[in-house]
Amino acid sequence: MKKCFSLLLLLVLVGTVSAQRYFTKNGTISFDATASGSPENITADNRTVTCVIDAATGGIQFKAAMKAFTFERALMQEHFNENYVESDKYPDALFKGTISNLSSINLSQDGSYPANVKGKLTMHGVEKEVETTGKITVAKGKVTATASFAALLSDYKIDVPKLVSDKVSKTAKITVNCGLEPLK
Amino acid sequence: MRSIRKSALLILFSLASTGAWSQEDLLGLLGEEKPKKQFIKAAFKSSRVINAHSIEFLNAGTMDFRILHRFGNIDQGLKNFFGLDQASMRMGFDFGLRPNLMVGIGRSTFKKEVDGFIKYAPIRQSKGPGSAPVTVALVAGMTADGLPWADPNRENYFTSRLAYYFSAIIGRKFSEAFTLQVSPTVVHKNLVQLQTDANDIMGVGVGGRLKLNKRMALTWDYTQVFNGLPDGYQNPLSVGLDIETGGHVFQLHVSNSAGMNERAFITETTGQWGKGEIRAGFNLSRMFQLKKKKS
Repeated sequence: MKKCFSLLLLLVLVGTVSAQRYFTKNGTISFDATASGSPENITADNRTVTCVIDAATGGIQFKAAMKAFTFERALMQEHFNENYVESDKYPDALFKGTISNLSSINLSQDGSYPANVKGKLTMHGVEKEVETTGKITVAKGKVTATASFAALLSDYKIDVPKLVSDKVSKTAKITVNCGLEPLK
Repeated sequence: MRSIRKSALLILFSLASTGAWSQEDLLGLLGEEKPKKQFIKAAFKSSRVINAHSIEFLNAGTMDFRILHRFGNIDQGLKNFFGLDQASMRMGFDFGLRPNLMVGIGRSTFKKEVDGFIKYAPIRQSKGPGSAPVTVALVAGMTADGLPWADPNRENYFTSRLAYYFSAIIGRKFSEAFTLQVSPTVVHKNLVQLQTDANDIMGVGVGGRLKLNKRMALTWDYTQVFNGLPDGYQNPLSVGLDIETGGHVFQLHVSNSAGMNERAFITETTGQWGKGEIRAGFNLSRMFQLKKKKS
């Protein structure tokens, strides 16, 4: 009987622990840095983004390997890594922030909640304050976090040479989409 | 009693895991990522150093359209606009089949020569587990002379038009800026001009690049020929500047050689650097994506 009880206690405890945090290792971050009127699309996807959300503290963190961004054109991808974001020197983009309106989000109840996220984005060796309103959707226990925001490339010391300024925009529109699972 | 101890242990365990809540590094909770093997890319801006093949490969599914020009000797002065009045050219198409396999064909105006090659890298420089410090690439190529027969009266064979070259390139990108490669090469000519000329010509190429900034690099390309060069022929030395602009790479250079394939530049270079017999030239490379990448 005691054994049963302690097992139950364990289950409850572990249950609450796991309900507190959500994660994924295959979230998606896409960006679009196409200049208006460009004949080529400067877009890329990264489908191996790591994300952890702590529902107790509102902590939210992302990590994206720069080399995992895939482009339609292989040469563009090579130039992205070599000339723009210098992936060998700065392999990852990192975001560490918090959801400020945590109290209005109920992860155990289906629904769509706006989430105000504020934090620091580190990319190309530059740390920058970022604030955006994303969305957290809960459907049948599955938690999905989405957000989009714009990053000014010069803020992150990413140079766009004049020669390609008709193709590459000065800002990148970044879209985040992460389907999360409870972290056990 | 045992079960009490057990439950105490369990509670302790649960407490320990709850203690982790306050941890700042949430991503760290997922554990360390396994290091993956990563191939070193962009050792050169182009699949050629200047004349010689480099350890760089085209990306799979891409085509490189290459236009090469070699002008006349610069020492001709203004009369021939420093050689620019005379141009010899090669037009070529290279295809990337695999990350470590490419083929190409081209045709030069000099000798109306067609050439083709296949280049494969059994070993690629990489980092992480199972890495290799160098890239080893093997090139096999063939050239076919398209001129009318020098002596139409004798019995001529098509095979007499052919020459072959084989090269093993060993190279390493030492740093972001510096790459060096060594390439033992043999050229076999089926037919040579004089009976005393060698059919097999062996040499070792040394090529490198020094990146000046993100989009420009200094390159050099030299072949030391060990045997079979008839009198009056020289070892080819080229020095160039690579400029990369989006989808194009311009390789501007000066060289004592006018050849644009291995047979031509290794065995038929006549200019002497010491006498100022050098010429300007450029390779223009334009990359096309033939196959859409899966995302």
